Amino acid sequence: MTPCFRRPLFGLLLASAAIAAAIAAAFAMPAAADSLRGTNDLGIVIERAVGRLLVVETSGRKALAEVAGLGDLSHAAAVFSRDGRFAYVFGRDGGLSKVDLLTATIVKRVMQAGNSIGGAISQDGRLVAVQNYEPGGVKVFDSATLELVADIPATYGDGTARSKVVGLADAPGNRFVFTLYEAGEIWVADLSDPARPALRKYPDIGRQPYDGLVTPDGRHYIAGLFGEDGLALLDLWNPDAGVRRILGGYGRGEQPLPVYKMPHLRGWAQAGGRLYLPAIGRHEVLVVDAATWTEVARIPVRGQPVFVMAQPDGRQVWVNFALPDNGFVQVIDVPTSTLVRTLEPGPGVLHLEFTPRGEQVWVSVRDQDRVRVYDTGSFAEVDALPADKPSGIFFTARANRIGL
Amino acid sequence: MRSPSPRGLLAAVLLAAAVPAPAPALADDAPPPGRRAALLHMLRQDCGACHGMTLKGGLGTPLLPADLAAKAPDALADVVLDGVPGTPMPPWRALLTAGEARWMIDRLREGLDR
Repeated sequence: MTPCFRRPLFGLLLASAAIAAAIAAAFAMPAAADSLRGTNDLGIVIERAVGRLLVVETSGRKALAEVAGLGDLSHAAAVFSRDGRFAYVFGRDGGLSKVDLLTATIVKRVMQAGNSIGGAISQDGRLVAVQNYEPGGVKVFDSATLELVADIPATYGDGTARSKVVGLADAPGNRFVFTLYEAGEIWVADLSDPARPALRKYPDIGRQPYDGLVTPDGRHYIAGLFGEDGLALLDLWNPDAGVRRILGGYGRGEQPLPVYKMPHLRGWAQAGGRLYLPAIGRHEVLVVDAATWTEVARIPVRGQPVFVMAQPDGRQVWVNFALPDNGFVQVIDVPTSTLVRTLEPGPGVLHLEFTPRGEQVWVSVRDQDRVRVYDTGSFAEVDALPADKPSGIFFTARANRIGL
Repeated sequence: MRSPSPRGLLAAVLLAAAVPAPAPALADDAPPPGRRAALLHMLRQDCGACHGMTLKGGLGTPLLPADLAAKAPDALADVVLDGVPGTPMPPWRALLTAGEARWMIDRLREGLDR
């Protein structure tokens, strides 16, 4: 390039920049290219006592924004739109809120029940289902508009009583699977035609089913039973085979210990062809062979397990506990089925969430108003973020996973 | 009637010194101020895990004043201590004294937001 070209080119560049700036100013363009961003390293932390959530970023390990006005967020949970931009937050007070993570605003909020416990998003991302305690049932909403699409009352017995609904999860085929706590039934709702949900009911699954999960491949639905030792298994590839009991009588002959907090099955732990599940009233994690559905091991742990969660790579399983052991987290090595580490993040460990590929785990420590971040390889604490009574932590990678 | 021996008298005096002055049973059992904040925290955060953080109910029954008004406080305290067999309500006796359970019931009956 010769010098005689340089000046005109520079002038041209200047002129283009000026034109671009003028266009930008004229249209008040909100985002320059360098402020665009993806959402796959975003997530939310529920601040349950103040009805607020933090929009967080796992790459920089920081809170980007707060979103307030979400109502009663005790036991709040969330799912994500398939583009990873919106969180659907399910509040205890029946509020369903659609939150834009990029603008940190509530796009829409509906009060859809009196007492609610969580929800799920359909395989195609178009439907959001909420499980309700009061009135007992499932309501399904259009994920774009939050308009009601279907209302499924959880009636049982003579048809007048309504059961609390627990364990709602999405399954392939735009189905939602859920469990009726009082009725002891599993229902599969096929919403291929959202206006006409097709229901299939499985009665007599066992006493007091308290939660459920869909396995990562979307094939099996498992409901945990509080009222008896065992779990109920439904093979969604063979729905005519019905529900069968697995691990029946796993605590036979033992006096159950008090359960000061109900375990959660959501956040499945499947690793190495095995499923890791909390025992009820026993300070053990049950290990189940996911091919034969028989018990292969029990791992004694510090207390009553609440969440038993596998790292995304399946190498380790992390466990937190009910009172009086809720200050601890224990880590199970999958190949050897042994405990390899006990951490003490602090009192009130309510939830944990792995980064999408599992190099770090975020742990909410309610009574210290902290979210602690650990390296899953070295177990070193790499960061701690302030948060007001943090409970659930949900990252957008859930958008791409069946059953979350 | 025999008069108390000097040794017996001494024992009685020592015993009287060791035992605190009689007080109403409840006041005697009530948790010290330092423990009360922890119990209130427990009511919302741990009882709230099942009964809802605002205590309007969840998997467990509602625990608002109107829900408890017709029930005997001591019976409710027994439910806390012994649990309800056949339901998820656990016995809290390992974590709470009888006085603490009764004090928590009293707080629920008057309402935590009062």
